[in-house]
Amino acid sequence: MAEFAAKRKRPVYLDVVRIRLPLPGFVSILHRISGAALFVSAFWLLWLLDASLASEGKFDAMRAVAAQPFAKLVLTGLAWGFLHHFCAGIRYLFLDADLGVDLARARASSWAVLAVSIALTALVGGWIWWR
Amino acid sequence: MVKRIVVGAHYGFRDWLAQRITAAVMAAYTVVFVIAFAAAAPAGHAAWKAFFAQGWMRVASLLFFASLFYHAWIGVRDILMDYVKPVWLRLSLEVLAILALVGYAGWAVQILWRN
Repeated sequence: MAEFAAKRKRPVYLDVVRIRLPLPGFVSILHRISGAALFVSAFWLLWLLDASLASEGKFDAMRAVAAQPFAKLVLTGLAWGFLHHFCAGIRYLFLDADLGVDLARARASSWAVLAVSIALTALVGGWIWWR
Repeated sequence: MVKRIVVGAHYGFRDWLAQRITAAVMAAYTVVFVIAFAAAAPAGHAAWKAFFAQGWMRVASLLFFASLFYHAWIGVRDILMDYVKPVWLRLSLEVLAILALVGYAGWAVQILWRN
């Protein structure tokens, strides 16, 4: 049975350049990209937490690393990744519960996810850059 | 020789559910963390360390990290299943992801309890 399902030819349309995603699809792929980015960055983020708690000296070293403009840029990007993943994830929990699945509300909540995550990123970004 | 096809069988619903439960745990932790951080406003290394050394904070953070790494595993596996078609490469990357995440879990425990 599994063999049959796996061997059966199914249509695949994955021309990345030509795909025109609807808004909820756009939110969905950003959910995946942000999740992947957070996974890839997990080592560095754990290192930052480790250093911040290890000792006074390492805490200062961690702050010096995090104060680099490039590190601030990456941290701001990861903050957006986390916040987008967070907001989109909450939207999916509602969709799983069959709430807001009609087209109009699914579009509205997609805009809300994009807007709220960017607004929160601006907040966190302001803290990262001008603290 | 038995021809076997590597497919994702038997764990679909369980992992779907686990992904949502771990997400809820992490979302709750995030909210609690932000509130506790705002309330304590730890400034400097000593206060930051004391903030994480609280008993409930250690346990809550452990639950967060356990949820995070399980959640990440399901997500990474989904991504690999979608984009990496050669079985040997997909399985290799999956093993690397598992090793990394289990290693991170040990590291996280060390970070939380070493201080």
